[in-house]
Amino acid sequence: MKVALIDSGGANIGSVRHALARLGADVVFTDDTETIRAAERVILPGVGAAAPAMAKLRAAGLIETIRTLERPLLGICLGMQLLFESSEEGDVDCLGLLPGRVTKLIESEGVRVPHMGWNRLQPIRPSVLLDGLPEGAQAYFVHSYAAPVGGDCVAACTHGMRFAAVVQRGRVAGAQFHPERSAAVGARILDNFLRAGVA
Amino acid sequence: MLTRRIIPCLDVRDGLVVKGVRFRDHVTMGAIEDLALRYRDQGADELVFYDITASPQGRSVDRAWVERVARIIDIPFCVAGGIRSVADARDVLNAGADKVSVNSPALERPELIAELASEFGVQCVVVGIDSLRDADGEWRVRQYTGDPAKTRALARRTLDWVQEAQRLGAGEIVLNCMGADGVRGGYDIEQLRAVRTRCRVPLIASGGAGAVEHFIAVFREADVDGALAASVFHGGEIRIPELKARLRAAAIEVRDAA
Repeated sequence: MKVALIDSGGANIGSVRHALARLGADVVFTDDTETIRAAERVILPGVGAAAPAMAKLRAAGLIETIRTLERPLLGICLGMQLLFESSEEGDVDCLGLLPGRVTKLIESEGVRVPHMGWNRLQPIRPSVLLDGLPEGAQAYFVHSYAAPVGGDCVAACTHGMRFAAVVQRGRVAGAQFHPERSAAVGARILDNFLRAGVA
Repeated sequence: MLTRRIIPCLDVRDGLVVKGVRFRDHVTMGAIEDLALRYRDQGADELVFYDITASPQGRSVDRAWVERVARIIDIPFCVAGGIRSVADARDVLNAGADKVSVNSPALERPELIAELASEFGVQCVVVGIDSLRDADGEWRVRQYTGDPAKTRALARRTLDWVQEAQRLGAGEIVLNCMGADGVRGGYDIEQLRAVRTRCRVPLIASGGAGAVEHFIAVFREADVDGALAASVFHGGEIRIPELKARLRAAAIEVRDAA
């Protein structure tokens, strides 16, 4: 299966690429509109900050490409945050595919930011992305900002505050954690996305 | 809730995993990929690879093995050793590492931390600190510890450096307590507690693990986010599934072992 991995300027693309390859996907890392449109699945990865990533997408002319994509789209980590309307990080407008604003996690006694490590997913409603996951599945998170638990949230997570861990609305989905680094749990989610897409 | 991390550390020299006592007399433990897979299968939460000779030799990490590791494992890993610039870090991250850890080069030029944080985000940037208590009772930082002939004692106090590193953009601190390292007498709880009070980002304990009780103690008493160890895992004295079962029995939250 042809999977386009969008080049949003962040580093750390290797791990996503390898994880998809382990699942048998034919991955192309690209910022080309036609290549992205032609792919059967599209992944928006991202490690880094929201504003530079949006600037890079804009410079590559990809904002509309992503907004009007017809194939299933999965945002990972920062890539998921970019799906929302805006981010407090750099106070930047994002893609606006999902309603809501990404905000900074709140530090408190024993709650360190970045949220870094393995934490439990709390299923909220059924989604093809979560098919076959064991109860209490844990995933690997690394982030300082997070999206709210809104109507599109299918699984939440708690680190001080509760936030969206997995979102899905029509063809658009996102994972705040790193499925490519979440062992069997992450592989299952990526495989679900590759096989079934989202809708 | 966020679980406490168990992190095997693999010291890499000439493409092999090695282990020494108090940073000296290294013996070969095996191939990088074999050990990486073994720990992944046992339920390690994360791996750290230290290219222990890169920094003293003034060269960057060999990205070939980073790529090989990235291809086969599906848990996060951090690479340390000889990362002196944004370009070096980009190479390692593009090869598939999740985080980079800087130590001696950050002491040479602290702005490196800020540059990495601004380019890749603080969550990618780990600052490793080698620390030893001096005769006057102060913990101070050591540099170039990968090579005993080049190791330097700095005037910089460990607690000051912990704060400075966070101000510059460290997303995580790994504190290697050299006085405890390699002798398996337990983590340096006193020092880790002191650092914890100054450390708002995740703190990883390193140096001294010899028994399961040491892990329980460091999580309970020093409130660290993760515990790193090498020889007790390499030698098989502690197996991660048993370690996690014991931690859970002690009411310390850990990820389900494989």
